[in-house]
Amino acid sequence: MVKKETGWRAGVVIGFVLLIEGLCRSGVIPVAVMIAPSAMFLHGVELLREGRYLHDIATSFANIVAASVVAVVLGFLLGLTIHALPSVRRSLEPLLASYYAVPTFVFYPVFIVVFGVGALPIIAIAVMLAIVTMITATLTGLDRIPRSLSKTARVMRLTVWQSALRVKLPAALPYLFSGVKLSVAYAFIGVIASEFILSGSGIGYAIGYAYNNFQNDDMYALMLMVLIAVTLINVVLNRIDARFQARRQR
Amino acid sequence: MHAGGNAMKKWMGPLVVLVVVVLIWEVLHDIVGSTSLGSPAATVAQLWQMLGTVDFWVNVAETGRALGYALVLSVVGGIALGVALGVNRMAGTVAEPILVNLYSLPKVTLYPLVLLVFGLGLSAKVAFGVMHGLIPILVFTMNAIRQMKPVYLRTAHAMRMPLRQVIVRIVLPAIFPEIVAGMRLGFSLTMLGVLIGEMFASQKGLGYMLTNAMNLGDIGTIMSVALFLTLFALLCNGLLLAADKRLQHR
Repeated sequence: MVKKETGWRAGVVIGFVLLIEGLCRSGVIPVAVMIAPSAMFLHGVELLREGRYLHDIATSFANIVAASVVAVVLGFLLGLTIHALPSVRRSLEPLLASYYAVPTFVFYPVFIVVFGVGALPIIAIAVMLAIVTMITATLTGLDRIPRSLSKTARVMRLTVWQSALRVKLPAALPYLFSGVKLSVAYAFIGVIASEFILSGSGIGYAIGYAYNNFQNDDMYALMLMVLIAVTLINVVLNRIDARFQARRQR
Repeated sequence: MHAGGNAMKKWMGPLVVLVVVVLIWEVLHDIVGSTSLGSPAATVAQLWQMLGTVDFWVNVAETGRALGYALVLSVVGGIALGVALGVNRMAGTVAEPILVNLYSLPKVTLYPLVLLVFGLGLSAKVAFGVMHGLIPILVFTMNAIRQMKPVYLRTAHAMRMPLRQVIVRIVLPAIFPEIVAGMRLGFSLTMLGVLIGEMFASQKGLGYMLTNAMNLGDIGTIMSVALFLTLFALLCNGLLLAADKRLQHR
């Protein structure tokens, strides 16, 4: 059953790629607009072998990891704190609900001024984008801990720490992991997008630079790398997520 | 009297949050100085003065027009595709991971592609807005249909309703609350997309005003436009949130 769907999915993706390949090769899509996927891939392999953009890739990757870790840890701690203080939570609720409506990126210039140039403003923007989803996920996770579990822990006379580590954390883990998954996605978007707009290094910057200099082959090869990286990260996180969700339903 | 007290309690929380945000802003301003970050009072004053100029409203109208087109396309396209994929279970299961993957892709990197395809101007901005806003509306609609009570569709089947009637009379009314929830997310993302589009590919609009001010280092204008956009986004989000709550309680 599952195999069949995966097959269809692979078919759809491969069909789409072949369609674009055909359109590019036959000249329906001019070379000036888009190069063929096979050419993108080959050029990407070549770029990696030459090592021309390795520095940018490493920079972006380090920023994404840093932003994800900060957002997840800080978001989790803030979520715990807010959950422990119901009155604070009530006042913050409207803010959390409308946070993603605010176009945060309009504050980029302010961030450069406050944090200076370099990696710090980029990580700060990515954290700002990613942290709220982690806070929300932590609150949901703590809300959904079944009351019977807390009661059982009390009946067994577990200490506060024991009940937190052995009972509550495992019970909230599936929800927490959904938060982690989204946080990583948002950190990725935040880092690449701010590199594109305001930085002097990183993959986002390299794509913008290649575009401004009409280096279509470099640009598309880098775009394809980003696409593949996002897909791989998603596949891994979804695997882990599916395992957690299955455990929750058991 | 009691109702008055309740209303006050309801407004108290957001009010406290607002005061805290303004205070943090003021403190930051005092730390970095007014050349880097305008004070709240100065920003409001400049925004008020800006609201009196014709030039500002020309830009607002330009952004509004692009946002309007992009919203119509995102909502109509998102609902139509969502219904199509939701009714056909197999197609939905095949498409969902692909859509989620596209959603977590940093779409700024695809910007050069959009420019090369659509050229500079309105259509590129609209396309960029739709790229951001369509997928969340689509996913919300699709999942709402999948989680709909099966008895609705079975009844329709028993009544031998034609497919078009099933969609218009049963499916759409049943999932209306989820569509509104999807629109809330879709609205802010569409606006984000249109603004980013204007920052790179336009000579008019609020996004262009932002880039222009960034290049001139005009922090006052940046802050005023950012404040205007934030207030507008919060207002629209609040209205949709209220509609959402009312529908959930139905």
